[in-house]
Amino acid sequence: MATETLIWLLPLPPLLAFFLIVLFTNKSKTLSHSLAIGAALLSFVGSMVVFARALGTPEFGKEVFASSINWIPTGDTFLKIGVLIDPLSAIVLFFVAITVLMIFIYSVGYHNYGQPAGDHDLAGLPPHGATVTDEHGHQHMVLSIEPMYSRFFAFIGLFAFGMYTLVVSDSLLTLFVGWEIMGLCSYLLIGFWYGKPSARAAAIKAFMTTRVGDVFMLLGIAFLYSVTGTLTYREIFTEQTLHALASVPSGIFGLSAAGLIAVLLFIGTVGKSAQWPLHIWLPDAMEGPTPVSAMIHAATMVSAGVYAVIRMFPLLSLDPIAMNVVAFIGTFTAIFAATIALAQRDIKKVLAYSTISQLGFMLSAIGMGAYIAAVFHLVTHAFFKALLFLGSGSVIHGMEHGVFHTGNHHVDPQDMFNMGGLKDKMPITFWTFLIGGFSLAGFPLLTAGFWSKDEILADAFANGHWAILITLSLAALMTAFYTMRQITLSFLGEPRTKEAEHAQETPWTMTLPLTVLAFFAVTFGWLGIPEHFPGLGGLLPNWIHEFVGGTLAERPEILPFSPIPLLISLTVALGGLLLGWLVYRNVEAGQPDPLEKPLGFLYPFLQNKWYFDEFYQYFVVQPVIWFSEVFSSQWLDKVVIDGVLHWFGRTALSIGDVFRNKFDKPVINALIGDGTATVFQKAGQELRLLQTGRIQNYMISAVALLIVLGAILIYILA
Amino acid sequence: MQFPILSVIVFTPLVTSLLILLMKPERKTEVRVAALAAASFALLLSIWVFISYDKTAAGYQFLEKYSWLPALGISYHVGVDGMSAPLVLLTGVVMFTGVLISWGIDDRPREFFAFLFLLAGGVFGVFVSLDLFMLFFFYEIAVFPMYLLIVIWGWVKTREYAAMKLTLYLFLGSVMALVGALAMYWVNYQNTGILTFDMLQLEKAGFSGQFQYIWFMPVFMGFAILGGIFPFHNWSPDGHVAAPTAVSMFHAGVLMKLGAFAALRVGVMLLPEGAKQWAWLIFILAMVNVVYGAFIAMIQTDLKYVIGFSSVSHMGLVMLGIATLTPEGLTGAGLQMFSHGVMTALFFASVGMIYDRAHTRMIPELGGMVKALPFVAIAFTVGGLVGMGMPGFSGFVAEFPIFMGVWKTQWLAAVIASISIIVTAAYILIAVRKVFFGKMPAKFEGHMTPISALDKVALFTLVLLMTGLGMFPNLLAPMISLGVQNVLRLLGGA
Repeated sequence: MATETLIWLLPLPPLLAFFLIVLFTNKSKTLSHSLAIGAALLSFVGSMVVFARALGTPEFGKEVFASSINWIPTGDTFLKIGVLIDPLSAIVLFFVAITVLMIFIYSVGYHNYGQPAGDHDLAGLPPHGATVTDEHGHQHMVLSIEPMYSRFFAFIGLFAFGMYTLVVSDSLLTLFVGWEIMGLCSYLLIGFWYGKPSARAAAIKAFMTTRVGDVFMLLGIAFLYSVTGTLTYREIFTEQTLHALASVPSGIFGLSAAGLIAVLLFIGTVGKSAQWPLHIWLPDAMEGPTPVSAMIHAATMVSAGVYAVIRMFPLLSLDPIAMNVVAFIGTFTAIFAATIALAQRDIKKVLAYSTISQLGFMLSAIGMGAYIAAVFHLVTHAFFKALLFLGSGSVIHGMEHGVFHTGNHHVDPQDMFNMGGLKDKMPITFWTFLIGGFSLAGFPLLTAGFWSKDEILADAFANGHWAILITLSLAALMTAFYTMRQITLSFLGEPRTKEAEHAQETPWTMTLPLTVLAFFAVTFGWLGIPEHFPGLGGLLPNWIHEFVGGTLAERPEILPFSPIPLLISLTVALGGLLLGWLVYRNVEAGQPDPLEKPLGFLYPFLQNKWYFDEFYQYFVVQPVIWFSEVFSSQWLDKVVIDGVLHWFGRTALSIGDVFRNKFDKPVINALIGDGTATVFQKAGQELRLLQTGRIQNYMISAVALLIVLGAILIYILA
Repeated sequence: MQFPILSVIVFTPLVTSLLILLMKPERKTEVRVAALAAASFALLLSIWVFISYDKTAAGYQFLEKYSWLPALGISYHVGVDGMSAPLVLLTGVVMFTGVLISWGIDDRPREFFAFLFLLAGGVFGVFVSLDLFMLFFFYEIAVFPMYLLIVIWGWVKTREYAAMKLTLYLFLGSVMALVGALAMYWVNYQNTGILTFDMLQLEKAGFSGQFQYIWFMPVFMGFAILGGIFPFHNWSPDGHVAAPTAVSMFHAGVLMKLGAFAALRVGVMLLPEGAKQWAWLIFILAMVNVVYGAFIAMIQTDLKYVIGFSSVSHMGLVMLGIATLTPEGLTGAGLQMFSHGVMTALFFASVGMIYDRAHTRMIPELGGMVKALPFVAIAFTVGGLVGMGMPGFSGFVAEFPIFMGVWKTQWLAAVIASISIIVTAAYILIAVRKVFFGKMPAKFEGHMTPISALDKVALFTLVLLMTGLGMFPNLLAPMISLGVQNVLRLLGGA
């Protein structure tokens, strides 16, 4: 099959699975998940074939796979849709295909496939467990299967379609299509347990917040289209078009047209990748099932935001102001989210903030112009963060098992302070989580996270971005610290609750994906070891640099090696890990967070996420409601517009009233109409007296008249 | 002679309307069957027109012309182009689904269907008229039965107020437009010595710049009132709310399109210079429509008012697209007319089904309908996604080009109008969440009878159209762009 045809087909199997499940196999759980996983597998195999062909193409950056068709005609021209695989999308396709497949498989175990149906489970609520009787006649509670099992696989199928579409797209139009489909799926999946009010609220919050970003993105697309008349990357990124874009001023904040477009598109990313100040939805999104958190909120959708910015790099890099905006937002978010992660108790919330922070690292890299480093970290992060999320889901699952065992449903299975000692109960989960955590913390030499994060710091150092270097180093220190806090609290030491004591390892469908992802969380980093790294450099080719660098018109140069950023990397990673272990290794059951005291008032400030939710409630949500309710609806519409209408109505009525009562009735009726009649009537009444009916009277009248008339006649004639 | 397909489409509902009145009022089922038969026939013919329109030849097709009052230059002249053929199809679809939805009407169905068909005949007539006099003639036929339909079968609380408001607004509009039309008629007579209402000839009349400048606004605004343009939009939500379900579907689904279409057909196409002069004002008003309607929709608690104001907002996009006078904007406007027609028909049908069972439309009183009425929930949600402009549905295909065109014309307007994208998502998600999810109030237990098979057919048809068009815009877009080229040709340049 021609590679281009294959690329067109890549997104389709999951979409097909979505329709088949919704329309036909809804009732059969086995059939539904087989369809979904089968589809993911097909797309995976296709992606690997495409990837392999990309690797086999010499000078792949120049010779890419692309094809397009006309979609919406606009008068004399067309909005096109099409596919494009260049080195950047090839490598993104690689990690998307793997993580998506792994997460699909994991979902089978996560939603308790093979377990009995729950006693009181309802659609729209998480399963509450089923009572079973064992061979000895003892009754006990076990996990029960998700009541909306098939629907889940349908939704993630649709989501995968959106993600694949976005990755293989050759234009901002198709990118936006995939982007929006993922937004919709994110909404559906966060609100998957729609029976929980918190999940419904989180779903709407996520959708609305990202929508704010999307609108800016759409405006950026509109601007780009109005200047260049095309939305296809390869037509935009020609020297001529780029030059034109860079030389046209936009009239706003001294940005060029290129800069303004890049900033508008970047705001879309800020929403999608949950960067400050639109980060507020991601932590709440943890209400969704954990595979969703892993897929949407770690590996794919939030990465898509960063991918879009990387994609737009040739445009972005034309304008230094736009670059600074990106670098600032990224760097600030990296440290901002890291501080919040320090004070969270929920195992998933820590990971959520960590994701926000790591995405900040990537954007910071892009803002500095460190293209390769950003791509590298994007890929490694997708692996280790998906691994961590899935691991946390596995932990929660194990804890839930414990909860069912003790029957004490007041214990929150997601609170890390209720865990401890899970290392021995859940060994596979522990070891894989440890690998993921160390990779996130940047544990030297072995883990992928070390190599990619080190590359970002090295770039900051080499280009002299001191503020960024210091901020990111601090953020990296915090990252290592909260990661170790998480590992220590969850897995090490003694169990702090009965539930933790009875936690159990999860089935193979969950541990297998963990293992596969753990493999990549380590080895992928080895593909990007800098050439000049002492000892190790040059043992393996710096494949990342070679391959991804080909995307750009000018291949980025190789950085000279310097020991300073390396020392920083080593110090923050090892120091943070050690500190985390020292502080948290002896936390007893019921004991408060050891950080609470030393941080003082800062602790509640961090725990409450710098009070951003409250801020938005007062300064955004309420004014908007006021504007719609009081200003638009009650005042302008009801009072002014309807008021004018009613005034006209009343005026018309009162004109009628005046006509009728002041003129019609008194003048026309009374005076002219009735008046005439009255006069005649009056006259008649008077004259009536003459009509007595007596001949004598008539005779008198007649004689009198005769005399009078005669007298008059004589007088006249005489 | 060629088969007079357009005349048959126009006169099918009109004749059926008379025939129904001849039937016995108590034989309700026969009345309904007759109505459905006529609606299906009209739908099939309009599909036929849509499919067999020759896209390579473009221009006006299926022409028929008979002189009527030759002394006054009035003729019966009909034909469709790329802009109106989709709207004929839309009317067929809404008529067909409207009959299905109204199957349950038990209060004088004979008169109901008779008036509804009179209305439908008028709407078909406007879309195919090529003679200005005929256009007004059918326009009034379409508007007049609305009054009776709302006042007799409407919602008891507001029907008299709403019907009166609607009728007055629309007649005011048509009077303004009519005066403008007569001005064109006389000036053309003075210039050429030919008395004619034929729009194809008036297109070539070459009215002076000053004439066009003066008369464009009365003509355009006169029709645009029916399209719900700000600040003459208030008749529309009140009217939607008071009207019975099928009438709301017609009203928002096709009647508002009639306004926008006639504004384009008569206002922009006959007075193109005037359109260029005044586009900025229409642009501003339509932009207000878009944002303002969305904000008000967000705080409504009556579900039908939410939809009513969403129509104000979405029709604003149509007129915004028209006012750009760009290929992108006009194409988008044409697509949006069709998409919005189907979407809003679907919305009103769904709300009607809920109201018939719950006897309330107040959002806070509703909840948990997804279990009782899953079909309605899915259909309403799909409608919502169309309204939000979600890719994969027709709304995106329509709104995307509109925004491209708007940005090209005036980027600030695009920025302001884009606020509505967020607000629209908010009110739709809030409505969906509160009406369909959460807990169903106990008082509805047992009242939520499943919807009938006919209802399902209606909802399914509408959903299919919106998704089909969303994924394959080529089903419709090339035809509309032919119509757009015709408009652009008159505007000169571009």
